[in-house]
Amino acid sequence: MEDMNQPSKYVIETRGLNIFYGDFQAVKDISLQFERNRITAIIGPSGCGKSTVLRAFNRMNDFVPSAHATGEVLYHDQNINHPSVDAVQLRRLIGMVFQKPNPFPKSIYDNIAWGAKMNGFRGNTDDLVEETLRQAALWNEVKDNLKKSALALSGGQQQRLCIARALAVRPEIILMDEPCSALDPIATLKIEDLMRELSQNYTIIIVTHNMQQAARASDYTSFFTMDTDRAGIMVEYNETSLIFTKPKDQRTEDYITGRFG
Amino acid sequence: MNPMKPKTFGSNQEMQDAEKNFLYRRHQRARLAQSVFQLTTLLAVIFLATLLVTVVNKSMGYVVVENKVNPATLSDRPLSELNNTELAQILRENLRKNRVRTLERTGFLEDQSQSTLVQLVEAEIIQPEVVESYNLFPSLINRSKIKADAAVSYPNAKVEFRYWLNGVFLINSMASQPELAGVRSALLGSLQLILITILTAFPIGVGAAIYLEEYASHKSRINRLIQTNIDNLAGVPSIVYGILGLALFVRALQPFTSGALFGVDGQNGRTILSAGLTMALLILPILIINAQEAIRSVPDSLRQASYGLGATRWQTIWHHVLPGAMPGILTGTILAISRAIGETAPLIVVGASTFITSDPTGPFSSFTALPIQIYNWTTRPQPAFQHIAAAAILVLLIALLSLNAVAILLRNRFAKRV
Ligand SMILES: Nc1ncnc2c1ncn2[C@@H]1O[C@H](COP(=O)(O)OP(=O)(O)OP(=O)(O)O)[C@@H](O)[C@H]1O
Ligand SMILES: [Mg+2]
Repeated sequence: MEDMNQPSKYVIETRGLNIFYGDFQAVKDISLQFERNRITAIIGPSGCGKSTVLRAFNRMNDFVPSAHATGEVLYHDQNINHPSVDAVQLRRLIGMVFQKPNPFPKSIYDNIAWGAKMNGFRGNTDDLVEETLRQAALWNEVKDNLKKSALALSGGQQQRLCIARALAVRPEIILMDEPCSALDPIATLKIEDLMRELSQNYTIIIVTHNMQQAARASDYTSFFTMDTDRAGIMVEYNETSLIFTKPKDQRTEDYITGRFG
Repeated sequence: MNPMKPKTFGSNQEMQDAEKNFLYRRHQRARLAQSVFQLTTLLAVIFLATLLVTVVNKSMGYVVVENKVNPATLSDRPLSELNNTELAQILRENLRKNRVRTLERTGFLEDQSQSTLVQLVEAEIIQPEVVESYNLFPSLINRSKIKADAAVSYPNAKVEFRYWLNGVFLINSMASQPELAGVRSALLGSLQLILITILTAFPIGVGAAIYLEEYASHKSRINRLIQTNIDNLAGVPSIVYGILGLALFVRALQPFTSGALFGVDGQNGRTILSAGLTMALLILPILIINAQEAIRSVPDSLRQASYGLGATRWQTIWHHVLPGAMPGILTGTILAISRAIGETAPLIVVGASTFITSDPTGPFSSFTALPIQIYNWTTRPQPAFQHIAAAAILVLLIALLSLNAVAILLRNRFAKRV
């Protein structure tokens, strides 16, 4: 049993999390713990509420008027839905890469510099831009043309730019919602290497539809599926190697072996 | 590709025939739709062209001018070559003492500018009168007949081609003779009016739109009520805004709108400021609705990206929503300016003067505006007034286009920033 006075080793923890869109319950009773400096993958069929849960971690669901949640999301043992929590600070500490690439209609350079500047970054912006672009495996493609509009990049390049942009505000946790869905296998591998590297300093939670990616890149895997009433539930959560080799639940096994639905 | 005999793919003959027929009908409908749209566009162009042609037709043409006094009898050189002393001399010799005294009330004739003196000589002594005037098309077609007719009916008169929209027309103010009347005070009045209107309506309108789109909860009853109100206000007849402006700005806020509050010696609230504020009220709903539409068209993913980086609501609005919405907001502003510059009814109600010869001196002065002037001139019986009304319409259109050009330039700058 864990000592109650010690800070828990979990950076983020949910307890009995339910999220509703109006009357529709999107996810039901999710309890998960995310360890510091680890990569956790969330897998599951489309529509089972993976993005919904991910957005609950940095309170992006605040912007969906119909969404409301019950249960707890703890960040450093503090409930982030408590009124005293400043969502603006929370979102800097818990960065997000969205499912669809959404660069700002600005130059590549400004895309990265803007968020850092907004958060009071005082260092050398040029260095920051180069460093984060390198981390996101985009530097070589854009280094000669940093003033180019980010909208002129390909979808995969845009997504890597979004990753660089998220890194530039120095978050503690990075939430990634299918960051590689628009990437070719080589860029995907680059991102996976990047995640490995980042996990020394960051905690990463990634939603993915790609089984190999989850198996290759994550330390822990959580499998979600839909209940009979279409609400998302968590079926199984374990070390990635165990999920993929010895799943405890039949539904997990069916899903990872491609026999789902 | 020949639409009559579309080539289809596949091997089943029967299916191919059915598909061919189906395709043919779909293409037919598409062509029909296209021609309908072309036709409507054509109609719009025709209407617009007719309008322009009518106005231009009236704004120039032959005139038969008869001078009361032949300028040659005043001096052997043209008036414009005379110096101040000579011109003053002519005025003193040809006018009655009383008249000269009235003219000298503000200073000696010799001290006036040369161009003022020339104008005085023309207005007071020569008194050219347009006894006959023609539109552009008759002037072009019946040129010789016009000249012959004039020679018979007015042996002393001169036939000349006149652009009613000329430099003098722009420089002169309102006058009782159409030959001497100009749009200067009306144009200045209109421009100052629009300036006040835009400066008031733009920030308020954009602010309200931001509040309604980015802050207000769409579920709240009060906000829905406000929204419905704004939507309906856009359709309220302009005269109603005039009455509102009369009650609110001219009467209730008179100390403010007359300038009394600022130590200006204003007589009443019938000032440019009152009119500008009334116009601001009038265009506010249009501005708000257009700005809302523009703000709504900024993709949500952009806001999410911004919030996701830890930006505040205001940072998100200022750096992403507003720049993205600005082209649309400016398009709405163009529409609003066009509406405001042409409105007449509310101006009449809040008390624009129809006969004013001095330039407006600021927000607290009485004023006239272009549409008022045009309205006034078109109601006069003398034909020459119809011509200067047409010229004033051209001035109004040009002023409108220039204002809009500024907005379009701004819009293109914002649209290109990406
Ligand atoms: N803004 C919203 N309003 C209402 N319902 C929503 C909203 N967003 C998501 N939902 C619903 O919540 C459920 C879960 O959606 P979510 O986007 O979390 O799924 P997901 O697991 O991320 O799916 P995918 O793998 O396709 O991205 C779905 O049934 C969806 O229709
Ligand atoms: Mg999703």
